[in-house]
Amino acid sequence: MEILAQANANATDAFSAGIVRVLVIVTYFAILLLLGGVATAFLKKNNNKDYLLASHSIGPFLLLMSLFGTTMTSFAMVGSSGEAFVSGIGVYGKLASISGLIHSLCFFVIGTRVWKYGKKFGHTTQVDFFRDRLESPRIGLFLFPVLLLLLIPYILGGVIGSGTIIQSLTAGAFPDWFPHKQPALAGGIPSYLGSLVVCAVVLIYVFFGGMRGTAWANCFQTIVFMVLGVLTFYLIAIKLGGSNNLLTAMQNAIKDVPATRTSRSEMSHSLFIAYMLVPLSVGTFPHLFQHWLTAKNAAAFKLPIIMHPFFIMIVWVPCIMVGVWAAAPGVLPAEWYANPSENQNKVLGYLVTKHTTPVVGGLLAAGVLAAIMSSLDSQFLCVGTMFTNDIYRRFIRKPNANSHSLHATSGEPSVWVARTFIILIVAISYVLGIVLEGRSIFALSIWCFSGYAGLFPIIFAALYWRGLTATGAQAATVTMIVTWCYFFYAGGEELLIPGTDWDILPVVPITLGTTVVMIVVSLVTKKPTEKTLSRYFEA
Amino acid sequence: MNPFNKWIWLALVVLLLLHHDFWFWDSSYLVGGFMPIGLAYHVAYSIAVTITWVVLTSKFWPADLSQE
Repeated sequence: MEILAQANANATDAFSAGIVRVLVIVTYFAILLLLGGVATAFLKKNNNKDYLLASHSIGPFLLLMSLFGTTMTSFAMVGSSGEAFVSGIGVYGKLASISGLIHSLCFFVIGTRVWKYGKKFGHTTQVDFFRDRLESPRIGLFLFPVLLLLLIPYILGGVIGSGTIIQSLTAGAFPDWFPHKQPALAGGIPSYLGSLVVCAVVLIYVFFGGMRGTAWANCFQTIVFMVLGVLTFYLIAIKLGGSNNLLTAMQNAIKDVPATRTSRSEMSHSLFIAYMLVPLSVGTFPHLFQHWLTAKNAAAFKLPIIMHPFFIMIVWVPCIMVGVWAAAPGVLPAEWYANPSENQNKVLGYLVTKHTTPVVGGLLAAGVLAAIMSSLDSQFLCVGTMFTNDIYRRFIRKPNANSHSLHATSGEPSVWVARTFIILIVAISYVLGIVLEGRSIFALSIWCFSGYAGLFPIIFAALYWRGLTATGAQAATVTMIVTWCYFFYAGGEELLIPGTDWDILPVVPITLGTTVVMIVVSLVTKKPTEKTLSRYFEA
Repeated sequence: MNPFNKWIWLALVVLLLLHHDFWFWDSSYLVGGFMPIGLAYHVAYSIAVTITWVVLTSKFWPADLSQE
């Protein structure tokens, strides 16, 4: 009888906790929609540049927050703690500290140049830039599908991640509506429904707020996930360590952690080095390209360049510490230690549910969703911008002189074409997200990033090498596609250098291949005219 | 801009080399009794990268961008 009463009380507690978390998440969505609505009031009607690039008006702080929010995904919180639980502290050096260096380098070397030429010559997208720089009017037909196809796995990661998080952190809220075979997920909002709501919220504030709304939402969401990450760390440390003194609590929490998690004794040196190339993808993300163009002036880049590595540290280190503490015996359910890889994405959610209040659990869910949505919004806007700008206006229907705005509610067909295209891409990603549910978000992201990193030599050469030709850029892009497909279908996320026992990532041969082909082909093909080169390479 | 300013690239090469801290690879020593030394090193590394960018953006900001 007592057991039944206890089970009933536990179910009631789970129901209440689940409802509280749902309410926190709903409130968070409402705030985001409100931000999008407020941003609408600041839009300059029928002004394409304002909708897509916020009229080049974004200052240092907003640029920092929007760039940081866009580059951080759910992996920064959920994935990092899970990966630290599985493989220990090495994940910080392998993925985070190197990103701090390389991302800022990309902002400095690529972002500032792209902004300068974009403002001077009126570029809105990467295709605009390459078309002008390489004197290749039809390059959009070639480049657009490549950039889009690489972006879809990235969007997919956000769609899958948001549904998973909502389901796990609302468990118990609706036991009659959403039963589940796994007790830990019973009563949670199903991932297909959670993903759908997230996509709808992001679409609404992107459609109405444009780039300004996106930048504001990114800023707000970045603050949310940074503050909540640190708060969660503190609360879990206090509970796990059994002391109100943070230092003592942290010392207690780590004392029983196996040495394999507090060192990198099981981590490959060559793989650690190979990961250095992955962050180069930031130099070629089309959605970041669009964010760079929003800057008010070149000096606005200084704050993002300086603070980006520090912000990465603030977000990642607490999550990795929590993941490492979880490796101590008894912190997690016993069966999770037998199959750590299968359970790694549940680690943070489990610790939050067990050691904090329902309100904190709801806030953490909001924080993780913030990290996901702050990337999704820029990607959605970018997809619409690229299609309208690079394909529709260029090859299907050239614009009239008056209205070019995505936001305009006039009868301008491109408005509806852009919105329809965004919805189409989101719908494809959503369906793929349901089909591929359970696939590793980390693996999806690494493949996506590897493709973009493979394109890095092209944008770098376009900015700093007069010898780059359109044929060289196209040949390098084809090389990226062929090598990417080869390694993807060969099935290896890691591969051995022939004749050695050094394991590396496919990004290494992909980037090396594109670089060599780009140089060789450019040396033997026709360069752009001196008139164009002199515009980009001042004496 | 002169992106190939020797000080910028020297700083970057040094930071890239320092990133691979093989000397702490197998150590599980806890700094302050709470943070593994391999993680503490990379925390310090992140701070060093931040400080490096402070110096590079203030001392070596490209002249053509200063006019924009």
